[in-house]
Amino acid sequence: MIEHYISLLLKAIFIENMALAFFLGMCTFLAISKKIEAATGLGIAVVVVLTLTVPVNNLIYNNILREGALAWAGLPEVDLSFLGLITYIGVIAAIVQIMEMILDKYIPALYAALGVFLPLITVNCAILGAALFMVERDYTFGESVVYGFGAGVGWALAIIALAGIREKLKYSDVPEGLRGLGITFITVGLMSLGFMSFSGISL
Amino acid sequence: MAEITAKQVLFEPIFSNNPIGLQILGICSALAVTTSMNVTIVMSLSVIAVTAFSNLAVSLVRTQIPASIRIIVQMTIIASLVIVVDQILKAYAYEISKQLSVFVGLIITNCIVMGRAEGFAMKNGPWLSFLDGIGNGLGYSVMLLFVAFFRELLGAGSLFGVTLLSPVNEGGWYITNGLLLLPPSAFFIIGLAIWGLRTWMPEQVEEPDYKLSRHTHKEAF
Repeated sequence: MIEHYISLLLKAIFIENMALAFFLGMCTFLAISKKIEAATGLGIAVVVVLTLTVPVNNLIYNNILREGALAWAGLPEVDLSFLGLITYIGVIAAIVQIMEMILDKYIPALYAALGVFLPLITVNCAILGAALFMVERDYTFGESVVYGFGAGVGWALAIIALAGIREKLKYSDVPEGLRGLGITFITVGLMSLGFMSFSGISL
Repeated sequence: MAEITAKQVLFEPIFSNNPIGLQILGICSALAVTTSMNVTIVMSLSVIAVTAFSNLAVSLVRTQIPASIRIIVQMTIIASLVIVVDQILKAYAYEISKQLSVFVGLIITNCIVMGRAEGFAMKNGPWLSFLDGIGNGLGYSVMLLFVAFFRELLGAGSLFGVTLLSPVNEGGWYITNGLLLLPPSAFFIIGLAIWGLRTWMPEQVEEPDYKLSRHTHKEAF
């Protein structure tokens, strides 16, 4: 049982890395990776939000939206799965908002550190993507906690690594047209190539 | 504010203000759905439809939306449209919708849709907003199709599933480049495409953070 969870965790972090294997959360990934501190803050925020939202969406999907899930309410033939998308995004937005208020009240230091990144996370595709993958692969509640955490850590790892590379990269002499966005893409491609080496591993 | 013409709104985003090449918007899905032309076309059409109609809808209700909840209103409009697209695809193009898997749903968080709703449709009339949506959707599609063209042609030797370069393992002569079907190649192709685009239009080149000084000493050579 424990082994199953560990292999799921490693798979989510390395083999199916959100950013480098599925290209999720790319917009923020490229926009906020110029400085290591900013990237770290965003990375931590993503880990926290993913660990919360994936299990919550899992509960909602399994108990309300799934076909036949409303049997406990006396409606066994109702299938609400078409409402999935709008529900997940609503849940994500709500959780991010609540988290912001809680952090502001009880852990102001962390709140100040995360700053503008928290609200930005609502529109990060990695968060919605993880919820959709969770539904597609039919994870149980326990698995969804592990998957959410692992996916977050993988994404954080990738963005911090990219920020490290870009901090060095700005001192290098890049051809004019490639400067900025272009060279960043190629760097990410090379990183992704590196992460591909995990893909043969089956756990 | 200068008068904006319909033509400008429609065609500007395609090359001179490309959402992917310049505004870094909507890259998430741009990379994952480009392994074959068929899938890419369906994805492009979905994005064009969602951007155009969400712009239209947001623009129609823009004077009624209180500023403090506008994001959630836009989000709801976009999510509803994406659900419609998703259901249509499941009904009429089931195979392709399986291949697109979660990426149709991810149009919701595609920054192009949100960005145009917030940046353009909130300030302009319905007709112009609709055209702006189509224009930006087209800009996105051009980039996507460009990437998919190379990935499918060189990676699998075919276009739209029709074999053009007969691959070696089917008795032909073309040795397929498997790398192009893997995720990293999409990054390389977009990177190179941006390079090409910016060489063609030098005003898009970014300012360097640091300038290297010229070599003044000879000893290194």
